[in-house]
Amino acid sequence: MHELLDQLLQAGFFAALIRIATPLVFATLGELFAERAGILNLGIEGIMMLAAMTGFSTAYFSGSLWLGVAAAMATGVLAGLLMGLLTVSLGLSQHVSGIGVTLLCSGLSFYFYRLIFGQPSSIPKITAFTPLPIPGLSAIPILGPILFDHFALVYLAFFLVPAVAWVLGTTPWGLNLRTVGENPHAAFTAGVSVIRIRYQALMLSGALMGLAGAFLSMAQYNAYTFGVISGRGWVCIALVVFGQWNPWKSAAGALLFAFIDALQLRLQASSFNLPYEVFLMMPFVLTIVGMALVSRNARAPAALLTPFRKEER
Amino acid sequence: MIRLTLENRSHTPIWLNLCLPLMAVAATLVLCSGLILLAGANVITAYEKLFLSALSTRFNLVETLVKATPMIFTGLAVTVAFRARFWNIGAEGQLLAGAMAAAFVGACEALPAWSLCPTMILAGAVAGALWAMIPAVLKSRFKVDDVVASLLLNFIIFYGMMALLDGPWKDPLSGYPDSPDIRMDAEFPILLHATRLHLGVLLAGIASFGTWLLMRRTTLGFGIQAVGENSVAARYAGFSVTGILLTAAAVSGALAGLAGVGEVAGLHFQVMAGISPGYGYTGIVIAMLARLNPLGVIPAAVFFAIIITGAEAMSRATGVPVFLADVIQGTALIAMLVALLFTRYRIRIRRFSHA
Repeated sequence: MHELLDQLLQAGFFAALIRIATPLVFATLGELFAERAGILNLGIEGIMMLAAMTGFSTAYFSGSLWLGVAAAMATGVLAGLLMGLLTVSLGLSQHVSGIGVTLLCSGLSFYFYRLIFGQPSSIPKITAFTPLPIPGLSAIPILGPILFDHFALVYLAFFLVPAVAWVLGTTPWGLNLRTVGENPHAAFTAGVSVIRIRYQALMLSGALMGLAGAFLSMAQYNAYTFGVISGRGWVCIALVVFGQWNPWKSAAGALLFAFIDALQLRLQASSFNLPYEVFLMMPFVLTIVGMALVSRNARAPAALLTPFRKEER
Repeated sequence: MIRLTLENRSHTPIWLNLCLPLMAVAATLVLCSGLILLAGANVITAYEKLFLSALSTRFNLVETLVKATPMIFTGLAVTVAFRARFWNIGAEGQLLAGAMAAAFVGACEALPAWSLCPTMILAGAVAGALWAMIPAVLKSRFKVDDVVASLLLNFIIFYGMMALLDGPWKDPLSGYPDSPDIRMDAEFPILLHATRLHLGVLLAGIASFGTWLLMRRTTLGFGIQAVGENSVAARYAGFSVTGILLTAAAVSGALAGLAGVGEVAGLHFQVMAGISPGYGYTGIVIAMLARLNPLGVIPAAVFFAIIITGAEAMSRATGVPVFLADVIQGTALIAMLVALLFTRYRIRIRRFSHA
């Protein structure tokens, strides 16, 4: 028990927690945009997988990590457009379309990875992002290493939380987006293009999921593996519900999940006598428990899952 | 100016219903041929290898049927669940539950030999059903989204299985993460001499017909469809929506559990990490391609069995990555969804003249 407490009180633990939370924050904010506009984006897991692959490959061949990030975001935008074609333009079931996009994108990421790299004897690697300590702030004892000695993408993710809250809460576009998610017919009557807003939300959603994928294959790890996402996308959908469709609360949920995950990693390394798979399972169990606790009172955007056709009211 | 518009159909002609899956498959193959070209291979040669290798010899034909078996079960599982609008994406986990239960029972020394097979089937079905009830209960009692819950449960049971394989089930001699072999008496009988055509293949066919009967000829089946189409109206008609949701989940999970039983009792005789290469997810594609018709699940599952077994031969012969099979699954699901639009709408081409 002492050992565990020692682990917990180390700055390294909290720094790891922030790092683990980063891809979850990106993808959760992405999912949040889509859902606030009325579209459940179940393509999330596949989009993250494909973006992790395209980002990694681009960085591998161009030598530029930021070009890789851009490629990952572009992949996400394209996948968002596909999601939009299916759910917005054609009005198909959001559940099944999303599963389709996930199956397609994960298939494509495996296919292209194999096409590009073949079956090499050793895994292709890149020089991943290195931490970017913020001058001055990173020298603060304890808080410095925890908060101000991270990859650039980590700062971006946590900067995006207030940014998204501001965009959704106060800008006219954010207001329109929320109206589209709550009452598309009212938005339509008020002259808002429901179709355009939903496409924009899905493209933005995809770009953010792309950032999450890029972070995993280019900062957290320096390689792409088939298991690089391993369910994180699905967890983000749960985090949106858990955070009641609010960017602040969803990000807090991401931190909570990361806390459990970081704890799990430490427990694995310590002398606890349990198979490590039990620890791997723990975040998923707690996510379900968390959902069961909050879902009854959660109120999703009213138009979530319903396609919009202006001739049908 | 020409505009395409969608118009509501009053009814769908029968030929269209039968053609839709074929249209979706054709569209999928055309779309995926671009990927084959990217890999620098000849499209015709690649598809020829993909389809013919799985059908060429008696041995390969049987192997394709054996491969289709778990997918028939997961396809049926998804069909029953989706009919009730219970979005069960957890057939993968329910399959693992069934496989683990079968491995437990099959290795049990206390049971008399004659009872092993029936007990395994029962235990696998019950395990799958119980695992599927979790998201159904969470949905009906706590309003937890069924997609997310059933998906997360796949990860939970997978890690649970790996913990068993790495712990109590680990082979003390070899150290491999495999469960102990089931008893010889627990193995499903072989139906065709010198092949792997086991009892599970027959059971899958029976399950398919049984599910069809259930959906078409029983009050429960009628209730499931009523709840799926309009749960408010079903409640006014006197159906217990919660009861039907739970029953549909149990039937769905039991069918997925049987997929796991078949793999353990008929094919691998133990549980190991790769016991399901995603049969639960393929089940979703199969169910949609079969248009949620239990009898249509068989041809759809055989189609994907051909793709999955044929992909390896294609990859060896042409160098096209074997993961083309995964892309085909995703594309087929999307193509079928789009094709379904034609049952509700017809496309009208209109000419506008701007005078």
